[in-house]
Amino acid sequence: MLQQIIDRRLSGKNKSVGNRERFLRRHKEQIREAVRRAVDGRGIRDLEKGEDVHIPKRDLSQPVFGHGQGGKREAVHPGNSEYVTGDRIKRPDGGGGGGGGGSQASDSGEGDDDFVFHLTKEEFMQAFFDDLALPNLTRTQLAEIPEYKSHRAGFVNDGTPSNLSIVRSMRGALGRRIALSADSRRELRDAQEALALLDEQGAKDDVTLKHKAELQETIKRLRSYIDRVPFLDPLDLKFRNRVKVPVPSTRAVMFCVMDVSGSMDESRKDLAKRFFILLYLFLTRHYEKIEVVFIRHHTQAAEVDEQNFFHATETGGTVVSSALVLMDEIIRARYPSDQWNIYGAQASDGDNWHHDSGRCRELLMDKILPKCRYFAYVQVAEPEQNLWEEYQRIVGEVPQFAMRKAIEASQIYPVFRELFRKEGAPAA
Amino acid sequence: MTFLENRRAVGRNACADEYGGRRRAGPPQELAPLKERPAQPLPSPSDWTFDMIERYHEVIRETAQRFGLDTYPNQLEIITSEQMMDAYASVGMPVNYRHWSYGKEFIATEKNYKRGQMGLAYEIVINSDPCISYLMEENTMAMQALVIAHAAYGHNSFFKGNYLFRMWTDASSIIDYLVYSKDYVARCEERHGIEAVEELLDSCHALMNHGVDRYRRPSKLSLAQEQARREDREAYAQLQVNDLWRTLPRRATSEDETAAERRFPAEPQENLLYFIEKNAPLLEPWQREIVRIVRKIAQYFYPQRQTQVMNEGWATFWHHRLLNQMYDDGYLSDGMMIEWLKSHTNVVAQPPVTSRHYSGINPYALGFAMYTDIRRICECPTDEDRQWFPDIAGTPWLPTLDHAMRNFKDESFIGQYLSPKLMRDFRFFAIVDDEKDSELEIAAIHDENGYRALRESLSRQYDLGSREPNIQVWNVNLRGDRSLTLRHSQHNDRPLHDGSQEVLKHVARLWGFDVHLESVNSKGETTRRWSVTPPQG
Repeated sequence: MLQQIIDRRLSGKNKSVGNRERFLRRHKEQIREAVRRAVDGRGIRDLEKGEDVHIPKRDLSQPVFGHGQGGKREAVHPGNSEYVTGDRIKRPDGGGGGGGGGSQASDSGEGDDDFVFHLTKEEFMQAFFDDLALPNLTRTQLAEIPEYKSHRAGFVNDGTPSNLSIVRSMRGALGRRIALSADSRRELRDAQEALALLDEQGAKDDVTLKHKAELQETIKRLRSYIDRVPFLDPLDLKFRNRVKVPVPSTRAVMFCVMDVSGSMDESRKDLAKRFFILLYLFLTRHYEKIEVVFIRHHTQAAEVDEQNFFHATETGGTVVSSALVLMDEIIRARYPSDQWNIYGAQASDGDNWHHDSGRCRELLMDKILPKCRYFAYVQVAEPEQNLWEEYQRIVGEVPQFAMRKAIEASQIYPVFRELFRKEGAPAA
Repeated sequence: MTFLENRRAVGRNACADEYGGRRRAGPPQELAPLKERPAQPLPSPSDWTFDMIERYHEVIRETAQRFGLDTYPNQLEIITSEQMMDAYASVGMPVNYRHWSYGKEFIATEKNYKRGQMGLAYEIVINSDPCISYLMEENTMAMQALVIAHAAYGHNSFFKGNYLFRMWTDASSIIDYLVYSKDYVARCEERHGIEAVEELLDSCHALMNHGVDRYRRPSKLSLAQEQARREDREAYAQLQVNDLWRTLPRRATSEDETAAERRFPAEPQENLLYFIEKNAPLLEPWQREIVRIVRKIAQYFYPQRQTQVMNEGWATFWHHRLLNQMYDDGYLSDGMMIEWLKSHTNVVAQPPVTSRHYSGINPYALGFAMYTDIRRICECPTDEDRQWFPDIAGTPWLPTLDHAMRNFKDESFIGQYLSPKLMRDFRFFAIVDDEKDSELEIAAIHDENGYRALRESLSRQYDLGSREPNIQVWNVNLRGDRSLTLRHSQHNDRPLHDGSQEVLKHVARLWGFDVHLESVNSKGETTRRWSVTPPQG
């Protein structure tokens, strides 16, 4: 009989991925709800991880016909310790245990808890993006990155003396010398042997003498040829080669600027938060290290932490320029634009003190936009006020500026599409 | 730590030579002698290697042959825990059609496994020819040996020998059929949308337990035949479409009257899915085919549910017997013995009813005890045994056990072989729970007066026919609203549970018109009615 042991460990796993997909599809609503809640509860920076989703057990049950309580039934149990035939005992509470045998025992021992499962990071992001009506964003490239890193790239024939590779050069020289003189050396050796033979024989006739002279002539010629092969030739010099490879700058700073005046209610802030999250996610695709600066403003601007940024409310008027001034100050103090990739994201309901809007535009044009790789403004309210109009004038002039109105979460994405259409080829 | 075999897998049928032609040689009367005692026991490292598994398997195989175990050839496959969970999720089969419930199963399994609430099964055995056993890579060498003896020789010989498997399952085509059904369902998903297929499968799954023929023997069809038959059915349906028929003049009305009185179906039908497949007015051909697929698979799984105690007991008995014999022959070291015996002890533990861990009778414990007890009755019967089992007391135990494995299912096995001694050992007692009484009554215990009643009662407990509600197709209102009426005949006046309404919605979705369910008690009175109108559109 043929016996076989087959190692299946390397062959496919995840056979049930298709089943999982169908399961997730079926519970899309619950998952979307869980993701929404998670987004609200999480900070911008720790969005990208999985999440537990709770689904009520009853939504998962697959009904089958079965017996209910009541009627007459018999059950046999092991472990009798006290009963004799004819004993009558009280019906235990909850029914099932006493009469139902094992069939009603819960298989997981968890009772009526929700069915909980873990969404992976990818599935979480998928659900998040689905909600925002986004295509797959991560494939898009950010163009034109000004930083280079130099890498070794083998050896070349030209270069500066400091890059001279002595070992390589000498090896090359040796090879060249062998290649150029090998034949001559062999001939020389033959000639010398022949000459030595003649000397040994010691014949002194004319023919021999003539032959000797010829041999001596040959030896001389060959020697001089061999001597003329240079020890080191410019051809032999090898230089270490280094090439410059563009690398994304590893550092980026993202400014979140938000209006927190009385007119920004929770839902508008939530919209703004999603906008900031998206920008943050983009940046994480391209930079190893990202700092986030939160600037909130009403009539005055202040740098705050994330908690205060999203959850504190203030009242009062609105002077947008105060935030832009503060942003400019922070850039100059802490984030020199030659070392940091600066991204700005501004969210507001468009309300501004009317004399201030023009100044905002000037500030952006003159100070901030030249230093920024990208600046996005999103207005989370419908009416177009003077800030909108002023900003509108920037749109055509400066490539790294984009603005949009977003009344619902699904409208946020076009702002980003703008960014990628500009720098990539035809946008997704 | 538990053994969880794939109870739903189905098996290869007996070899052709067992039908008609040559009969198999019977089991040996006694253990064949050992050829030569080994000089030293097999090495017992805790980590397995392929070489070690090979050597152990060789010895286990020889020992099993000395006992005359008749098995399919074995194929052992090493898999990871993740693959084990994959296999779990698709009801233990290597292939199956896609359905969300399998995804849920996988998530639940994975979660429990990661939390450490549940050990994974050490193995899954697929009864095909050759019989495939999955060994998990996490197992120690001792566990691998246990698993090989348990699955590759215990279950394997049961699959090959037991009459239910030989009669009901046709393993020459089961894998083929699953491949076919997976492809067919996938094609339907492409053509009609995942949603539509999922709804249909949900509905079919709800009726899966009522989609089997309990008494009729299924014909065996291979994949090729199955496909040919499907094409035939479709071609025939196509042929019937002839607009001319419509123009034929009608018969006189007098015949209609008798038709109105004629019932449809003429007799109640127990196989709901079959009835729906053949008679549901609105189903598309592809929907009928899917109903058929679910029905076929349910039918394949049906015998497995009837031999739980026997199958597990048999496998457990044999791993215990084989490994002990190997120890006696000097193959196994003491450490090895201790390790597998510990697992074995856990597997056959039966907590008493008062225990917190009690969750019904453990089929491993009962089955193992019964086979061990039959051997005892054969080898050293007491007077009681001679009185109860005159036909087997004192006979050679190997042929007796073989007979007991081949020709019974749980219900009849217990009815035939449960001995008074076992009932005393397990301290079994029967409780009657009658709704009309305010208290429960102890109907029988393990004493002289109670043995027979107790045995009957336990045997009935394993009767699938009484465990599941008896629901049949009662009538179709052909001349009126085309409504379908199902009838539940109460067994001991036990009512249906509240989920019935939900199930009925599924029936209505399949049937396409109103569906009624009547629950009828032993006096013939209808105690409860449910009605569902199918969703429109």
